[in-house]
Amino acid sequence: MLNYIKLIVLGLITLFALIAANYARDLAYLVNALLVAAAAGGVFLWTLRQTGEPVVKRDLSGEYMDGVVRAGVIATAGWGVVGFLVGVIIAFQLAFPVLNFEWAQGFLNFGRLRPLHTSAVIFAFGGNALIATSFYVVQRTSAARLWGGNLAWFVFWGYQLVIVLAATGYLLGATQSKEYAEPEWYVDWWLTIVWLAYLAVFLGTLVKRKEPHIYVANWFYLSFIITVAMLHVVNNLSIPVSVFGSKSVQVFSGVQDAMVQWWYGHNAVGFFLTAGFLGMMYYFVPKQAERPVFSYKLSIIHFWALIFIYIWAGPHHLHYTALPDWASTLGMVFSIVLWMPSWGGMINGLMTLSGAWDKLRTDPIIRMMVISVGFYGMSTFEGPMMSIRAVNSLSHYTDWTIGHVHSGALGWNGMITFGALYFLVPKLWNRERLYSLSLVSWHFWLATIGIILYAAAMWVTGIMEGLMWREVDANGFLVNSFADTVAAKFPMYVVRGLGGVMFLMGAIIMCYNLWMTVKRAPAVEATHSAVPAE
Amino acid sequence: METYSFLREFADSWMLLALFLFFIGMVIFVMRPGSSKTYRDVANIPFRHDDKPAAAGDKPARARDAKEA
Repeated sequence: MLNYIKLIVLGLITLFALIAANYARDLAYLVNALLVAAAAGGVFLWTLRQTGEPVVKRDLSGEYMDGVVRAGVIATAGWGVVGFLVGVIIAFQLAFPVLNFEWAQGFLNFGRLRPLHTSAVIFAFGGNALIATSFYVVQRTSAARLWGGNLAWFVFWGYQLVIVLAATGYLLGATQSKEYAEPEWYVDWWLTIVWLAYLAVFLGTLVKRKEPHIYVANWFYLSFIITVAMLHVVNNLSIPVSVFGSKSVQVFSGVQDAMVQWWYGHNAVGFFLTAGFLGMMYYFVPKQAERPVFSYKLSIIHFWALIFIYIWAGPHHLHYTALPDWASTLGMVFSIVLWMPSWGGMINGLMTLSGAWDKLRTDPIIRMMVISVGFYGMSTFEGPMMSIRAVNSLSHYTDWTIGHVHSGALGWNGMITFGALYFLVPKLWNRERLYSLSLVSWHFWLATIGIILYAAAMWVTGIMEGLMWREVDANGFLVNSFADTVAAKFPMYVVRGLGGVMFLMGAIIMCYNLWMTVKRAPAVEATHSAVPAE
Repeated sequence: METYSFLREFADSWMLLALFLFFIGMVIFVMRPGSSKTYRDVANIPFRHDDKPAAAGDKPARARDAKEA
């Protein structure tokens, strides 16, 4: 019966998407409508083939739902390489503008590719990593199978559709011009549905948990899911100009819109890239180090302090703007206070290794996790410093900001995700070990040196350009034109691009290593007739 | 009083106090007597149930089975 309802709904979606494609007012909407029609039509056919087939009821409550985690691991690695590759391309486009090819103008120039890069690495790579690891961790720490049956698969595929719609939309020019929230209204609506399903799966699993206590990693994951839902809805309050076009108009305007955008933008950093990934840290670092977290008390205080304070830090993106001074001062003060919980968490992660530091020599995966926590500490030191109004007057609008973001994103988010992937793949595919530890070491060093080249180049060029912009001669005239600063930045741009190439090569090596782990590494010896992996 | 002024005044006073008390209360709760023992136990949650969910007559904290589902 349920299948018939599904078929009706899917059929209607397909039909409406085709009608929408027919009436489409712009190219991005046309392509997205066709994609939706193809996706809904595909699921329609798939459901149709299942309908009326005898259903074998099996009791699955005795095993974890790991199929969706496996899919998430593959998606994370794949989107990661795509996102890093686009990053390398736009880095060289900045160094060599001729790479903005004439024949690809309006599709593959820097302005179109840049949001593709940021969304691909944050939401496609990071988002898939968070969804996959949260599904893995919540099951293990609740001792319960995921709630909601195939709803977890809906979350996975629905999220991939969000990514594809957003990516094609960017290239074809659909954007609402909000940083990290570029997708237009229909993608936002779809993401809201997918995200609520994600929340339902996660909460449902917590509700039916067998462990009486909710492990701290789940607190971080849950705060990430809830806060992102709230941020996403408020920042994307907009009214479509037409149901058949991608353009929409924001409900807020002026400085209110700017404040809502950066309340969203900074909490995307605080709850997506920090709280969610801290959930990863609190599970995978103890697992890989084979010892419990350094201080569980500290982890609880860390959690509450972090979520109480992060939500206020957004206004530091709007120093010296139309935003009232009191608001930007508030943001600045809270950003500085954030030092405490951030470093508390970093110390908690690092000290988990106390008594097991020798593992750093032998285990490249734990090395990856440790350097990621190290980068977390560095960028959460740099961030509060840059939020101070006087420092911000030098750093804002310069490459220093880009360097800061990348030391956090490549160093902290990237490295902890790589560590988690190296941990997960042998477990999920039932392998004794990874295919090659020396390839992990290669990945580690390529990525680390790549990040250092990247961040150092951006510090130099950022501070240089900030100083050049404010340089005045004896009569009070500006000394440099904007083009002078662009010319002066060329060598650092090349170094940054090379750092990106190294990071990308490391990720490709990881994909090869994980692939070979699944293909070649010896399977775990079964000692009893095991429950089949689903 | 218009909504903005009311909310602004409320946020500056009672809400701030409530959040602050919640935070202090949380820290005191975490430091409560006997908590160290509890937390030592729950910190080990990641090391149980690695392979399959807890069964009805569940047997916690066991070394990894051969089979990873």
